[in-house]
Amino acid sequence: MHPVKGLGELERTVMEVLWDRENGATAREVGRALADDRDLAHTTVMTVLDRLAKKGFLVREREGRAWRYRPVATKEAYVAEIMLGALNMTGDRDAALAHFARSVSGDEADLLRRVLDEVEGT
Amino acid sequence: MTGTALLALVAAGSAFGAHRLTRARWTWRTPRTAILLWQALGLAWGLASIGTLLGFGVAPYGQGVIGGVIRFFADPHALSSIRVASVAAGLTFMLMLIVMLLVAIAGVVRARRRHRALLALVAHGDPEIPGTLVLDHPAAAAYCVPGVRSPKVVVSAGTLELLGPPELAAVLDHERAHVRERHDLVLLPFTSLRRVFPQAGIISRTLDAVELLVEMAADDRARRHRPAKELATALLRFAAARPAPTPAGTLGVAGVAAEESSPILVRVRRLLSPAPLPRPLRGAMLAAATLVAVLPLVLYAIPA
Repeated sequence: MHPVKGLGELERTVMEVLWDRENGATAREVGRALADDRDLAHTTVMTVLDRLAKKGFLVREREGRAWRYRPVATKEAYVAEIMLGALNMTGDRDAALAHFARSVSGDEADLLRRVLDEVEGT
Repeated sequence: MTGTALLALVAAGSAFGAHRLTRARWTWRTPRTAILLWQALGLAWGLASIGTLLGFGVAPYGQGVIGGVIRFFADPHALSSIRVASVAAGLTFMLMLIVMLLVAIAGVVRARRRHRALLALVAHGDPEIPGTLVLDHPAAAAYCVPGVRSPKVVVSAGTLELLGPPELAAVLDHERAHVRERHDLVLLPFTSLRRVFPQAGIISRTLDAVELLVEMAADDRARRHRPAKELATALLRFAAARPAPTPAGTLGVAGVAAEESSPILVRVRRLLSPAPLPRPLRGAMLAAATLVAVLPLVLYAIPA
């Protein structure tokens, strides 16, 4: 486990805990899950959960006097969303990201492979 | 009236110049200067088009574009309805260009914020490649999220698998060049213009041309400190490994694999046998770009 750094790193760690649990978790449960790794103040955990909920990554529901938090989407879904933008497959060329190379057609890929062999042969 | 006629000439001339420039190959020999020339042409076209409409409208005042428009607001009744319509069209067009640019900026800011938030949750650093985020996905992807405060270079696990260390270093240098030179800001006005005129082929071709020049500028930067061949093979390997695109309606000439039509191959050939334009020619281009950008402003001011 990497040492926990700033608030962003903490958010990641908390999300990991919640992604691992099917039924979500309360702030206390998250705190307990992280206890081996790092001793966090209860209020810190609550702050992080609250921030993540405000950003739309978690939903929460009442459970007694506490809130139970659940991830809105799986980690895989978020990775897929990023890749969709990164591979420029959304069809809308916006200027949000700069890509190393745009996707090519199958024929062009064949051609590029041939040229690659040529270049590497020299 | 001469001023207005000249503005119309500049508008037509810059459109024609853009048309010629989309087909030019020599621009590849000096991408940075060519980008400046494109920006000058775009600016000249916008200013001259607006100026033509305004100039025609306020011509009866005989005070030039700027003086005429000021007078128009003080005393619009002196003009015939067709003149008033022309002024209104000019102002509307100007407003539309500005609003669309702002909309484009807002859209980019929103998309980037979402993208950063997601990256913060699921991407991780790698001690082997400091300053770069790694995304655990088997497909090859490498890109940057530009920004003032914390630009990010991102590569996928698939890319790390695909490229050897020297090739990866070349790709990262290329991406950092995009970040450092703010190429996203270069492209923004052109993408926003395409939203104003989605049907105009000339604007799509312009965007393609400028995008390619931006990539070439980043290629040039990346090869300063390492062999160009590393970047060339990285490009080929990377592009050939990408999944075939593309949803219907996007560009990319399906089925055509001519040597000439592949931007990747054009970049590779250029990396392997560079032929930079001689310095005097670059200087001449720079002078031309400055002239093109300044000319409409001068024509705005002259009271004729």
